Amino acid sequence: MKGEMKIRRLFSKGSEKYKEGDFRGLLVYPSTSDVILAEKILKGEGYKVRVVGPPPHLRTGCDLVIEFPLIEQLGIERILKEKGRIPLKVIPISDEILEPIDLCQKKDFGDYLMIRAANMKLVIDKRTEQIVNISGGGCPDVPYLAEMLIGRNLKETPSPKDLGHTICAYALHIAYEEMLKEVD
Amino acid sequence: MLLLAGTIPDPGLPLTYGRVRIKDDRLFIGERSFYLHRGTPSMIGTATTVCQIIGTEEPYCVIAGDIGKGDGSKLVYNYLAENIHTLKPTVCSFHYIMPDLMLHHKLFCALKNIEAKPFLVADAGYMYIAKMSGNADFYDLFTPDIGELAFLADENSPHPFYTRGFIFHRPDEVEDFIIRAYKTKNTPRFLLVKGFIDFICENGRVLKKVAEPNIEALECIGGTGDTITGMVAALIYAGYQPLDACHISAMVNRIAGSLANPTPATQVMEIIRHISEALKTLRKEHFNGRQENTKTHRDG
Repeated sequence: MKGEMKIRRLFSKGSEKYKEGDFRGLLVYPSTSDVILAEKILKGEGYKVRVVGPPPHLRTGCDLVIEFPLIEQLGIERILKEKGRIPLKVIPISDEILEPIDLCQKKDFGDYLMIRAANMKLVIDKRTEQIVNISGGGCPDVPYLAEMLIGRNLKETPSPKDLGHTICAYALHIAYEEMLKEVD
Repeated sequence: MLLLAGTIPDPGLPLTYGRVRIKDDRLFIGERSFYLHRGTPSMIGTATTVCQIIGTEEPYCVIAGDIGKGDGSKLVYNYLAENIHTLKPTVCSFHYIMPDLMLHHKLFCALKNIEAKPFLVADAGYMYIAKMSGNADFYDLFTPDIGELAFLADENSPHPFYTRGFIFHRPDEVEDFIIRAYKTKNTPRFLLVKGFIDFICENGRVLKKVAEPNIEALECIGGTGDTITGMVAALIYAGYQPLDACHISAMVNRIAGSLANPTPATQVMEIIRHISEALKTLRKEHFNGRQENTKTHRDG
């Protein structure tokens, strides 16, 4: 049985979309893992930020940046400095940014459930809630995440976001979050 | 020489290169050994198995440890850029490597400058960066899945993470993606699109489809695309025409999957164990062990 569903946007409701005319900025980091850590800090502090793809002139390969309301720049920079996560650049947005995937696909295999987010697939055994397979993706941490997560209980394992470093890890995290909702 | 390049999820693994052997579900390169897990080991293991069956020399591998920080990938890019002209491979397959525009450009320039251009296969992260760099048509074969095909067809997307269109795809839309990707020069001459149906294409046209045997559980098993990439590279190296190599690889993967009788929890090593039997059966029944001159496709 194949089921498709639209899930909530990747980010919390308050940060889903900025109104037209809002001033936004981007926090640029040297690596995707730095972006993931900074996002975690800022969301933990209650800031309405979201992770997006950088505009063309900032792309170097496997990239993400953090979008934030420019009006909150001072507070955001302060907290990042306190936590030792100063960005490489803080720039206002003038180019088109890329929206990350916000759709998941669910496929039921009887005793097993697969959830796909973008190019990543996560499979669990429904009886034990154990992660049994991870597939898709192309970044070097995908095989690493598979080694770390397969065989572990979904609810007890560290999240892909905590272990991974790339956009593929980020996509797997979306599938992981959706899977958690499925088993609850 | 068949050259295979990628990364291994072992942060302590230095740059390692040399001929590869396979024994007891383990790969041996020099004094190092690796399990046949998903990712680059799966690609290398399958290619090596095929080389053994056909009787061609074993692949030459370039690998380094990388868990997503890009450090091992950098070593692989730099080694290849500096040594590709002396290695003189005839077929290369690039795999789980961190997408990096600057490092790709360095390797791309080295590949452009070698005397005889090898047949270039790209999958996984290297395929992403080959497309993102705008040089996809310099390569010869990509092996995307459906989601990655949608990414190739999307001119503005630097990563499949930003491509939505494939989620609700229909089979006829796959062919639209193939045409669009080719027209925008975001694919090479040959494409093997892996999925529920495998599409084998040349110059944006679908020439063959493989749909049987249909083993639904294979979709769940990490590494089953890697086996196809390894197989097709080894077959092209052995002299099969690219379209034949794609066709055989797609069929063998399905037959090996069928022989393994998999569940969604099966690991790719179980599939690789059946590659040998599946390939032997298929060659005997359908292709009669045919080998053709690789020079034809490399010059064509």
